[in-house]
Amino acid sequence: MSNPQQLRYSKEHEWLSDAEDGVSTVGITAHAAEALGDVVFVQLPETGDAVTAGEPCGELESTKSVSDLYSPVSGEITEVNQDVVDDPALVNSAPFEGGWLFKVRVSDEPQGLLSAEEYTSFTSGS
Amino acid sequence: MSDIHSDATGEGSGGGPRTTALDAVHRALGATMTDFAGWDMPLRYGSERDEHVAVRTRAGLFDLSHMGEITVAGPQAGELLDYALVGSLSRLAVGRARYTMICDASGGILDDLIVYRTGEETYMVVANAANAQTVLDALRERGSGFADAQVRDDRDSYALIAVQGPEAAAILSGKHSLKGLTDADLDGLKYYAGLPGEVAGCEALIARTGYTGEDGFELFVSPADAVTVWEALTEAGKPAGLVPCGLSCRDTLRLEAGMPLYGHELTTRTTPFDAGMGRIVKFGKSTNDGAFVGREPLEAAAAQAEEAPPRKLVGLIAEGRRVPRAGYEVVSADGSVIGEVTSGAPSPTLGKPIAIAYVDPAYAEPGTEGVAVDIRGRHEPYEVVALPFYKRQR
Repeated sequence: MSNPQQLRYSKEHEWLSDAEDGVSTVGITAHAAEALGDVVFVQLPETGDAVTAGEPCGELESTKSVSDLYSPVSGEITEVNQDVVDDPALVNSAPFEGGWLFKVRVSDEPQGLLSAEEYTSFTSGS
Repeated sequence: MSDIHSDATGEGSGGGPRTTALDAVHRALGATMTDFAGWDMPLRYGSERDEHVAVRTRAGLFDLSHMGEITVAGPQAGELLDYALVGSLSRLAVGRARYTMICDASGGILDDLIVYRTGEETYMVVANAANAQTVLDALRERGSGFADAQVRDDRDSYALIAVQGPEAAAILSGKHSLKGLTDADLDGLKYYAGLPGEVAGCEALIARTGYTGEDGFELFVSPADAVTVWEALTEAGKPAGLVPCGLSCRDTLRLEAGMPLYGHELTTRTTPFDAGMGRIVKFGKSTNDGAFVGREPLEAAAAQAEEAPPRKLVGLIAEGRRVPRAGYEVVSADGSVIGEVTSGAPSPTLGKPIAIAYVDPAYAEPGTEGVAVDIRGRHEPYEVVALPFYKRQR
């Protein structure tokens, strides 16, 4: 699965959409979903929570391991994807679409988020 | 996201991981590979959950060529094995297999093994990949007093292909195609039996053994024939829904079947009695005047298991959705540590996380209330059950 052009990426393998009315959508990349294997449990932050760029805000459990979920930006959670909580397999089947994780009103964006090309070359080595 | 890795334990060897005779096949199938005990092995081909379900309902095909084959041959082969292992292998019938263990001098488990008696004076010992060298060294050392038996490293002589699942026998015998892959009498081949035969025109030891909790076969073939056998099984299995399966689903299948895994439930710090498998230790062996490596400490372990076992191996089923992992603490209602998880995974068959754990005997009865697992600081409630979690309908 290729990395959509219109998104930006973190080195922790999250993707971030461009803000609409100050709100961006966040998920994990296809590369990350593939590395995890079948995701069986997703723990997300709650609406209203403050998240900080680069800090853990949730967990993803797969068959083999558990991974921290980071927010690529700082801000306030405006919505979480209940569909993915109910059916974590969406993370594997549609990581860039129906498997999105949360929406965040961005207050601060760190330096160094990657373009699709940069992220692709960042992950092609692994 | 962090920690994108599997928990397979590789042994860093200077020349990089070893590959099996089926390596090109795995890559062509797009397998996710992992370093396992120094071997580059398929972890999964697609969804490990789908692979697991295929084995439970149809059939799966595994490359297990990393397993370590050791041949013990000669007039004293049985006596050597009786002395070196906890079981009574001299009494094993030709054509049968037995699950057994090799212990160190203090009764700790060095490895769990399947031993096949392939002839009157020939046995094949199959060790776990990570322990194969240890087992080979121990058998050679313990065999030094048996002039009439030889221990041979046959790791490079075999590829091992397993076909597992309710459709496995039909696929091999040809129910799904005009012609079967073997003329061997599979109906006459009982569980834990093995016989030499041909599969897809290639010489094979055909064994009705496995590590999934399903009916199935393990086929020991020459590495030169591995691709032929794999492709013939793939073709013959298509109508039955056979899929290639990786080590990830192998782990969840064995976990549901309550089968121990070396390095998790079994270690040098545990005896067969600790693991609830004392029945495989045969104190009544008549060979070597009853002497075998580890006998005295194992007798003490047997007595202790009767009177006051330190901890018991139990199954745990989650009430919630967070998955317990090896090393997590098992706790009682008041938060005291009463045990440790040795294996844990989401169970595709039960639809809930499950675990195998050593717990204090006071909490080991199925249905014991108030048992929880400390999952990264949160005490998640678990139901104590007897193993296995899953038993196939025969």
